[in-house]
Amino acid sequence: MATDIELTGTSGADAYGPDNPAPLIEAPRARTARTPKATRTNFELYGWLFMRLSGIVLVVLVLGHLLIQLVLDGGVSKIGFAFVAGRWASPFWQTWDLVMLWLAMLHGANGLRTIINDYAERDNTRLWLKMLLYTATVFTVLLGTLVIFTFDPNIR
Amino acid sequence: MSTATLPKGAEGGPVDSAENSASHLITATIRIRRFNPEVSGEASWQDFRIEIDPKERVLDALHQIKWEVDGTLTFRRSCAHGICGSDAMRINGRNRLACKTLIKDINPDKPITVEPIKGLTVLKDLVVDMDPFFQAYRDVMPFLVTSGNEPTRERRQSAADRERFDDTTKCILCAACTSSCPVFWNDGQYFGPAAIVNAHRFIFDSRDEAGEQRLEILNDRDGVWRCRTTFNCTDACPRGIEVTKAIQEVKRALITRRF
Repeated sequence: MATDIELTGTSGADAYGPDNPAPLIEAPRARTARTPKATRTNFELYGWLFMRLSGIVLVVLVLGHLLIQLVLDGGVSKIGFAFVAGRWASPFWQTWDLVMLWLAMLHGANGLRTIINDYAERDNTRLWLKMLLYTATVFTVLLGTLVIFTFDPNIR
Repeated sequence: MSTATLPKGAEGGPVDSAENSASHLITATIRIRRFNPEVSGEASWQDFRIEIDPKERVLDALHQIKWEVDGTLTFRRSCAHGICGSDAMRINGRNRLACKTLIKDINPDKPITVEPIKGLTVLKDLVVDMDPFFQAYRDVMPFLVTSGNEPTRERRQSAADRERFDDTTKCILCAACTSSCPVFWNDGQYFGPAAIVNAHRFIFDSRDEAGEQRLEILNDRDGVWRCRTTFNCTDACPRGIEVTKAIQEVKRALITRRF
């Protein structure tokens, strides 16, 4: 199978030599005009730290939330409009839910950002997936914040 | 010389009778991932059944195949004694050096699979394009940077200062760690464990003065923050370097530098 292949390159029209150099294969990491510039910021550092710190806080917030909502005092059957209205009358629970909303959304969004960076192969796919992610995150965070602060228990 | 006087486990010498040396040979199946771009664009598995001493290494099996069965089999090896780092390959699904892996240690009863390391372009059979790997290595400035006058004799360092980065001086640049890293597999832009290990070697060297620059390079998008701490690199390292620990130490240096 290999016998009919010209290996020496000394004969034939396609032979590589000083006048007909072999094509140059560029190293994937080589600096080109399209290579993104070094950012020189600490964004990735802060992102990494945020994941660890928010994770620790979220363990308390989310497990506490689940315990109160689903286990204690009658469990899930007690949850209704009145229950939510009662809780959000207190600034403590407003703050708890607000912090949980922000941390969980940003924690999840940053996690998904790294997954998209890892697994989206084409630049365009990566861009659009991240745009979608950021839009959804901003929308959810703003809507949730709005609801927590403008909640009206007398609505009908 | 009689073979009976040889110490236990010694290789049969040339004076060994044929029956004597054949008695401890076993039949092993070596299943090799073959790829030849001049023949086919697809890689495929090929089985070789060979008679081999189980105390031989996988590299010896590859030699036997190349020299006696199929001369087109292509792989890299230079020193063949675990120092040059040429023959890292994926043996039975794990990155190892073929010259440091004994046949008897990887269950020769089943076919032994030998593949090129992952995450780098395969050129032929077990040979991959190492350029991206070495480019990442060059990017972290793996050389001593100092200022001022050169000392007349040597650059002195205390034993404790030397100990600080001793582990990462052992790297032989075989790429077993980097090509076992799932983050590197994804897009090949992550610097990879080997480059970070070699940056670590100079960042924590008391004689070097460019630690800040190297930390700055590794602080970027494709630097240490992409590490997911999966420990694949530590498992893969044929030199036993605690690679993940070295990466974590670079992360800690970045954080303590900032706060």
